[in-house]
Amino acid sequence: MKNVPLRKNVMTDHEDTHHVLSYGQLGAVLAVLLTLTGITVGVSYVHLGFFNVPVALAIACTKVTFVLLFFMHLKYEGPIIVISFLSTVAFLMIMIGFTFWDVAFR
Amino acid sequence: MTASVSFYHTPAPPGLTGIKAWLLTHDHKRLGLMYLVAILFWFILAMFVGLLLRTELMTQGRTIMGPEMYNAMFTLHGVVMVFLFMIPGIPAIFGNFFLPIQLGADDVFFPRLNLFSWYLFMLGGLVAVISLFAGEGFPDTGWTFYVPFSIQNTANVGLTVTAAFILGMSSMLTGLNFVTTFHRMRDKRMGLMQIPLFTWSLYATAWVQILATPVISITLVLVVVERFLHIGLFDPDKGGDPLLYQHMFWMYSHPAVYIMILPGMGVISEIIPVFSRKSIFGYRAIVWSSMAIAIAGSLVWAHHMYTSGMSDVSVFVFSLLTFLVAVPSAVKVFSWVATMYKGSIELTPPLLFSLLFIYLFSVGGLTGLVLGAAGTDIHVHDTHFVVAHFHFVMFGGTGFAFFAALHYWWPKMFGIMYNLRTANIAAVLTGVGFIFHYIPMLILGLQGMPRRYYDYLPQFETGNFLAGFGAYVMVSGIVLMFVNLAMSFKKRIPASADPWGGTTLEWKVPSPPPVHNFPEKPEIMDFPYDFSGVVKK
Amino acid sequence: MSARIDETGIKIGMWLFLYSEIILFGGLFVLYAAYFHRYPEQFAVGGKELNRIIGSINTVVLLVSSFAVAASITAIQRDARKHTIGLLLFSLCCGCIFLVNKYFEWGAKIHHDIFPNSDTLVNGEPGVNIFFGLYYVITGLHGLHVIIGMILLSISLVLVLMGKVNKSRFAMLDNSGLYWHLVDLIWIFVFPLFYLVL
Repeated sequence: MKNVPLRKNVMTDHEDTHHVLSYGQLGAVLAVLLTLTGITVGVSYVHLGFFNVPVALAIACTKVTFVLLFFMHLKYEGPIIVISFLSTVAFLMIMIGFTFWDVAFR
Repeated sequence: MTASVSFYHTPAPPGLTGIKAWLLTHDHKRLGLMYLVAILFWFILAMFVGLLLRTELMTQGRTIMGPEMYNAMFTLHGVVMVFLFMIPGIPAIFGNFFLPIQLGADDVFFPRLNLFSWYLFMLGGLVAVISLFAGEGFPDTGWTFYVPFSIQNTANVGLTVTAAFILGMSSMLTGLNFVTTFHRMRDKRMGLMQIPLFTWSLYATAWVQILATPVISITLVLVVVERFLHIGLFDPDKGGDPLLYQHMFWMYSHPAVYIMILPGMGVISEIIPVFSRKSIFGYRAIVWSSMAIAIAGSLVWAHHMYTSGMSDVSVFVFSLLTFLVAVPSAVKVFSWVATMYKGSIELTPPLLFSLLFIYLFSVGGLTGLVLGAAGTDIHVHDTHFVVAHFHFVMFGGTGFAFFAALHYWWPKMFGIMYNLRTANIAAVLTGVGFIFHYIPMLILGLQGMPRRYYDYLPQFETGNFLAGFGAYVMVSGIVLMFVNLAMSFKKRIPASADPWGGTTLEWKVPSPPPVHNFPEKPEIMDFPYDFSGVVKK
Repeated sequence: MSARIDETGIKIGMWLFLYSEIILFGGLFVLYAAYFHRYPEQFAVGGKELNRIIGSINTVVLLVSSFAVAASITAIQRDARKHTIGLLLFSLCCGCIFLVNKYFEWGAKIHHDIFPNSDTLVNGEPGVNIFFGLYYVITGLHGLHVIIGMILLSISLVLVLMGKVNKSRFAMLDNSGLYWHLVDLIWIFVFPLFYLVL
């Protein structure tokens, strides 16, 4: 294993040092999540007609993003995990979206 | 010298003896062989079921079985071929054996998970066998388990779909293992554009295995849930929509056919350069097209549903997208042929099977355009044209690639060589039989003979008889092929580390390899298909 | 075989597994989306039958438990073993509270003749039947995953107590945590889709 030239872009052994989030930072994220929960419940009492659904989903997406980025450390992960995660979401969007070519036009 | 002791004599983990050295192994090579034995069993079983089906169809009316048996048999043939041979086949056997070696690694990233995947595969097979004999017998729904029949049917649908669920988990975990191995265990000196094309094809396949398999998992769970709880999610009387079942089923099962074909294409990409003594044409194009096929294949599932009653808009959209998928496949076919151009061809069995692959897969692909175009599909949907199409691409494609892989890597896995002439004869016999078997079906389908029908109108009898004759020729060829390979164990002609003149890393290690694959650190070339050294010899 | 454990590789493997779980639930969301498009008013009728307060409590419980699990990772990285153990125990309690709530919710619905193939649902509006069908399947599958998550966290807790999971080696806890957060993610979508569609 000695004297073997490393190829470019190989992360060294030190990549495994995790980024540590403090209790305070995590607590702040929780506060955001609880606030958003309160907002979405509150909005559900207001009759926005059709817009109730997109608003609720948008808030849910925001909450999910916070959980992913901070609790699940996605903000600090390498490209393999980030790109593959986004690809998974893209596939899910296609699963739902392309079904609507049928369902929405019957 | 310990380095030349083969993996057969070195169990991993060490200290295991006898059958435990296999059943408790972490060695990816042993696991590949364990899959080989099981999968060959399932292939031969399903092949003979197919032969019985075609024998039944050789004459009008009853030939050798009744209609209920016929329906159960074609369901069995489909379920076993799809879930127990085609989907696992090349990745579980040759992927397990060779992906780590091609990457310069000593095993996959999660060896114990690999063993678990094998046990899941065996368990799925066992549950499928149980579903054959228990209760009211094997389902007769077709391997697609369409609702409402699969929900109302009293046969063992629940058990069979459970088997498929378990097999899906095995497939998904193998994909997970391969992606992690690809990213974390390849030799530090091997960059992405130095990875052999077989491994690239397995990588693209692995993503489909990870992302698409869960869709069939949840769909099969819903079938079982509906059978027991009668919620009505697919029942119009209770507000459900049976078409949503079809959407969910094909959301997996269409990408599944790319799980089947991509590794096969990877095998062909390995074999053609070696026996043309020439570097592969368009290495990057083949890499990109593999990923493109995996992605585009996820966008087209409803082309199985043109006549189902779905909206005209979706018929149009999915038909348009289906034409896109043909493009990356054509890129590969062009690259293989361009590789052979002005090459120095050596017609060995692996190459012969590969050439047959290129021809049969191309025919299959062209018939796929007839089916992909919604207008023409209306005429041939659910006829024997479809049956012929998918047998051309799945059997003429993946099946022949499987045979090619077997003949290419046989000396490496077992350290022995088979009779080349007999293998070539078997290949030709199989190919000729294949053509006599499936081309009549294309015509019968165009003439209007429906698929999955026990009986047919008188004018279809000649075509069916000819197809049956072709089936027997084809099966003779396959039997000859297997007998010839089996005889290699009797004759024990030893094979060298590199009998073919290959350039990828598996040909740099002994045949069979030692347990940790590399007795000394391998030399990683700038380009995996550099034949200058081979040609000089 | 390298002696060093590749924790990044293990983490990648875990994320890959999570993707399969996301798509597993995703299939059910396809059905929800298609049926919500078909039966918007009847879904609202069904939604009113579900208790927003219990749903909100369950949402808060899972969010707080996610925080606790994430904090337990911070704790182990700082070698604060007692904190790790306490936070994990707290998360497990949250999981229990969630399941108990679910038990009472389902119990109440079943008592009111709202369950798969019940007379009320079969004879009622088709959209309401589909709404509750999806409700039981999705929350049922989710509940199963809560149980699995709690098992994983319990195993991690035992390993922490045994010292096998520690500051320099905590992949098991990390990845169990990821699974738990996934359970939380799914609920974040389930909550508005079933309790807030009114």
